[in-house]
Parts: sequence; C-alpha cells; structure tokens
Amino acid sequence: MAKGRVEVLEEYCKSCGLCVAACPMKVLRISEKINSKGYRPVEQYKEGCIACKMCAMTCPDAAIEVYKIEDNQ
Amino acid sequence: MKETKIYERPKSWKKGVHTHYCPGCGHGITHRILCEVIDELGIQEKTIGIAPVGCAAMMYDYIDVDFCEAAHGRAPALATGLKRTRPDQVVFTYQGDGDLASIGTAEIVHVANRGEKITTIFINNAIYGMTGGQMAPTTLVGQRATTCPEGRDPNLAGYPMRMCELLATLKTPAYIARVSVAQPKYIIEAKKAIKKAFEYQISGKGYSFVEVLSNCPTNWGMQPVKAFEWTVSAMMPYYPLGVFKDFDKEAE
Amino acid sequence: MARVLMKGTEAIAEAAIQAGCKYFFGYPITPQNEIPEYMSAKLPKIGGAYVQAESEVAAINMVMGGGATGTKIMTSSSSPGISLMSEGLSYIAGCEIPAVIVNVMRAGPGLGGILPAQGDYFQATKGGGNGDYRLLVLAPSTLQEAVDLTQLAFDLAFKYRNPVMILADGFMGQMMEAVEIKEYKGQDYDVVPWALGNMEKRGKRTILKSLYLDPGDLEHHNIKLNEKYKKMQEEEVRYEEFYADDADVLIAAFGTTARIAKSAIVNLRKEGKKVGMVRPITLFPFPYDVIKERASKAKHVLVMEMNMGQMLEDVKLAVGERTPVSFFGHAGGISHSVKEIEEKIREIL
Ligand SMILES: Cc1ncc(C[n+]2csc(CCOP(=O)(O)OP(=O)(O)O)c2C)c(N)n1
Ligand code: SF4
Ligand code: SF4
Ligand code: SF4
Ligand SMILES: [Mg+2]
Repeated sequence: MAKGRVEVLEEYCKSCGLCVAACPMKVLRISEKINSKGYRPVEQYKEGCIACKMCAMTCPDAAIEVYKIEDNQ
Repeated sequence: MKETKIYERPKSWKKGVHTHYCPGCGHGITHRILCEVIDELGIQEKTIGIAPVGCAAMMYDYIDVDFCEAAHGRAPALATGLKRTRPDQVVFTYQGDGDLASIGTAEIVHVANRGEKITTIFINNAIYGMTGGQMAPTTLVGQRATTCPEGRDPNLAGYPMRMCELLATLKTPAYIARVSVAQPKYIIEAKKAIKKAFEYQISGKGYSFVEVLSNCPTNWGMQPVKAFEWTVSAMMPYYPLGVFKDFDKEAE
Repeated sequence: MARVLMKGTEAIAEAAIQAGCKYFFGYPITPQNEIPEYMSAKLPKIGGAYVQAESEVAAINMVMGGGATGTKIMTSSSSPGISLMSEGLSYIAGCEIPAVIVNVMRAGPGLGGILPAQGDYFQATKGGGNGDYRLLVLAPSTLQEAVDLTQLAFDLAFKYRNPVMILADGFMGQMMEAVEIKEYKGQDYDVVPWALGNMEKRGKRTILKSLYLDPGDLEHHNIKLNEKYKKMQEEEVRYEEFYADDADVLIAAFGTTARIAKSAIVNLRKEGKKVGMVRPITLFPFPYDVIKERASKAKHVLVMEMNMGQMLEDVKLAVGERTPVSFFGHAGGISHSVKEIEEKIREIL
C-alpha cells in the first residue's frame, strides 16, 4: 500500500471533522491548537496515511494537501 | 525517500481567502470540485460563472474566474445573454433550491428547454440556508424548517420537487444528473458528472444540469458529519442519484 | 439610406440594427410586437441572435447578460412588461451594465388597455425597481426622432454604463412616417477593462455585482453611481423649445402630446396668441432650468400628458410658486385633440 502524509493548512481549517470521518486509516483528529479564526485545526496524529486523498476530497475549505512518499531505490 | 505532492488547493481557488461558509457546508466541497474541473479542463481564462442569491452569493470571492451576480432565480436568463453574445466562453450557473426550484422555476425550465449551451450546478440542501432555514420547495415531508415548525405537510405545501425528474421530461437538455457530496465515494462521482457537464457544454452538445445533494448543518441543527449522514439516509431515498438524461446514450 | 415610409416600431428596430445592435431579447406584448418580429427576422441573418424569452423578467436578465459582455443589446416591451423588468433594471443599473430598453407605453394601471398612453413617466424617471438608481430616459415625439434617439441611446448606455430607456407611446409605435435611418457607428468604447469574457486579454478576471454587504462599501458604490447621475444632469439634458421665449402660456408636454400641441400653438399664434412650449426630450435628466427660465416670463404654465399628471410634478418643481401651473390630461388611450387644446388655452388667456 502507498505511503503518504498530509499537511493541513491550519489557517483555513474550520474543524468540521468531515476529513476525520472520511479517512479510512483514522490517522486524523482535531488538534488542541487554535487558529486565528478560533477553530481547532485538524492534524495527522499518527503514521499510516496511505495517500488516498479522501480527506482532501472531502474538505470544504481546501485545507488539506496530500503527499505521496516513495522509497528511493 | 521521495515526496510528491498529489493534492493541493486548485489553481482557480482564489488564493488566501477564507470562505464565509459554515464549517462542513457542502457549498465549499462543490466549489472545490468546480475549481478542480476548471483546472483540469484548462478553462479558467474563458469561464464565466453566475452567482445566485443564497449562501453562495459571494462565491466569486472563492473561484477565480469572471463572475456576474444574478437576481434571485434569474441566473439562467443571465447566462443565456452571456452565452449568446460570447459563445466562445464557458458559462455556468450555480443555484440553490430556493433560487432554482422556487423563485427561478420559469427561468430554469426554459433555459433547459431552449438547450442553451451552459451548465447549471444545482445545490439541493432542502432548505433556505441564507435567510435562516425556511422551508424550500425541496424540504422533505416531515422535515422541520422555520416556516414549517411542525414539519413539511404535503397537504399544505405539496411534496418536495424533484428537479432532475421534472427537467428530464423535456426533450432538449443534453445531460441531467443527480449526485451528492455527502461522502468521498459520492464526491468522486459528483466530480465526474460535473466534468462531463462542462465537457458537454464545450463540445456543443447542449444544456447540462447537475443536481448536488448537499447539506446545511447550521439550519438542520446537526454536526457536519451527522448532517451528511442525513443527506444519505433521508434525502437519497427521495432524491435518487443517477443520470436522468444523457445525449451520448440517446445517440446510441 | 433614403427616406422611407415605416411604422414606428419597425423604424426603432432598424435604427438599433444600424447602430450595431445584433442581439435582442424580448417577450410579446401589444403595441410593440413589430419590434421583436422585425428582430427575429433580421438578427440571425447578420450573425446576431433573437431570443424569445419566457417572460419579461427573463428577457431583462438576458439583456443584463448580453450587456455584461460589453455587447450592444436591446429589448422592448410595453407598460406591464416594463413592470416585470423593473427588478432587472435595478440590477443592471447597480452592476453598471449598458443596455437599451424601449417602452411603447399603453394605458394602465394593471392590464389597462392596449391604446396609447404616457402613464409610465413615474416608473421610468423615478424608479420602478428598488434602490438609488436612475435610467436615462429619452422621449421622442416623431419617428425620425425615435430613430435618432434609439441610436444615441446605445452611445449613452456605453458612455455611462447605464440602462437607457426610450419612452415612446403607442401612437408613435403604430404610426407610419417617412424616416431616414443611417448607419450609425457611434463612439468606440473600450469594454475590455470591465466586460466579462476578457480574462485572457486583461490578464485577470472581473466581477459585475451589486451586492456590497459592508455598509461603507455600499455607500461608496451609491455615491459613485450618484456622481454618474449628476454628470448626466450636467451633460445630457435635451429639450426642444417651440415659441417659448415670449410665451404668455407655456405648455410643457413630451412625446406625441407635444407633437399635437405644436399644431395648436401654430393655430393660436396665427390669432396672435402668445403660446409656446418646452418639450423635454430627456425625461431624466429633466430640463428643470429651461422650464424655470421660460416659466418665469410666462403668465401661465399648462402641463399636458396622456396620464393623470406625472411630469406635472417635475414641472411644478421647476416653476415653483412664481407662475400658476395647471394640468390637462387624458388617460385611458384617448389623445388630446388640437381643437380641445386650443379651447383650453383660450380659457386660460
Ligand atoms: C427577490 C428576492 N426575494 C427574496 C430574497 C431573499 N432570499 C435570499 S436567499 C433566499 C433563499 C436562499 O435559499 P437557496 O436558494 O436554497 O440557497 P441556500 O442559501 O440554501 O444555498 C431568499 C429567499 C431575495 N434576495 N430576493
Ligand atoms: S490521504 Fe487518506 S489516509 Fe491519508 S490522511 Fe487523508 S484520508 Fe487519511
Ligand atoms: S475537512 Fe477541512 S475544514 Fe474540515 S476539519 Fe478537515 S481540514 Fe478542517
Ligand atoms: S447556512 Fe447552511 S448552506 Fe449556508 S453556509 Fe451555512 S451550512 Fe452552508
Ligand atoms: Mg438551499
């Protein structure tokens, strides 16, 4: 399975939780941080992202960037 | 180790803006899909959007293409004037259920029937979002709204209007589909349909219409995840997803 | 083009085409149906388009869309249809989109009748739609003038990025008269900076909107619009004077009523009666100054309209307390006769 990670553009996140529910690997959660709009941005809190983009696809605020990680041969 | 970015904000999503939408609102998801489609088709510089009156009235602040703002319900007529004078442009209307299925019913039926080469994205959230949760023509039977506090009574308000089915009785339209943005698997299909709708316009096949079953967490009084569960459990049985009209299929 | 005998409505349509208008959006209503009919036959042949809208509500929004791309656009209707267009007119003015609208007035209110009237003066000059906006309103009184003003209307619409209305009445629409319709190039206005569909040329997108949720922004927008309307008042006032300089009885009338009044004035002048007229050609901007000036030397001002007294209010505003103002109107589809005008003036003198 592919390996990946996500980067949350914290300023745009509204902590709606849709990405958390959408992630098949359950690697996302609402963090304890607070952004300038008063929302708690989502974070990837553990390994196991498979770069499936489900989270980014669900985000109404385009606040998630997804990276695919490949081992160099 | 090599990292490749495989998803980023779409190019036509306006830089540095925060949308005014409530957390978890389907308008944002649909906007994002629209941007992705505009980018993939490479039409940012020749697309003209028409913003409705409704929660999406300021969508021009988020999608970086030419925009004109229509009066409530009149977007299809405005689009007609735009497209007739500039057939080289890609023109779309984006309308809520109050906008499209109530005050703008005449305009939507006739734009479809004339077969204007434009695309309509119809956001069905079964409520008047912007004005604070009044009953919409698409509000479900029994669903509470501020102007039907006991729930919609079909004896008084009739049954919710199924716009895809209604428009599909017309001979002219080229593409009519209902999709949803409730969950990733639906979002994938929604994007395909919206892309196809634009492609039909660009190739001159005719009028294309995509209804998007969305949500309104705020006025439904639900958390976003619960709201989208309700879209699936309550809306989808009454508003079945699918393609109601397809020029290519009919041509076969 | 040499002078040809044409019906008013058709002359207006041909004048628009000769001014470069290739797109028409409208909905049938008597007494102006010859305009859409003429356009539907001609426009497709010159690479334009005619669209029969589902209603006047839709027609005016199609006009808005066409104007939004910086294209010369026209629609025409008659009184009840213009009522339906009022929403769109307010948006067009708010978004600063050029458009030409012809109203061949019939008698109202409501469905009224299909005979000529001038009962839409208030609607045309004082609003109809919501908010602080103005239409430039041109009122022809002969077919030749209808032709010339229709062509001028396109220029003014683009000069000010504002809707311009030709306010004609049913007589003018249905009358046949010899007219000369020249090809009219008009001025060349660069629409690229504001019109939709030019993102590639401009390098960035543009938005046409009338929504300003910030009260400061909206006030700024209204002030900007108002400056435009002030400029119209400074630069676009048009009127005709007819024996007005020494008139004891000064008539104020527009459109067909003014034309009929002229015959009465000519007859009365032959009897040595000092009767004259100021005929506003632009109803907005209204020629307050000349009416004020001429009225100050007259003994009496007589306002005549095919309504119950609408322009009367503007004339009174111009005249003030100095000179008595009276009103002689018809409403319902009846026009003034030369004879009754003469009698009315003899009464006054
Ligand atoms: C002519 C007119 N009537 C009423 C309104 C008030 N109004 C604004 S938005 C709206 C309904 C919006 O509902 P919908 O179209 O479903 O959009 P949503 O906000 O749900 O996305 C209404 C009635 C208006 N702006 N203009
Ligand atoms: S890319 Fe897939 S696995 Fe990774 S965080 Fe997003 S949804 Fe979860
Ligand atoms: S979907 Fe987007 S806005 Fe919602 S919690 Fe996730 S990152 Fe934040
Ligand atoms: S009110 Fe409803 S439709 Fe409007 S932004 Fe909020 S959640 Fe979305
Ligand atoms: Mg709605």
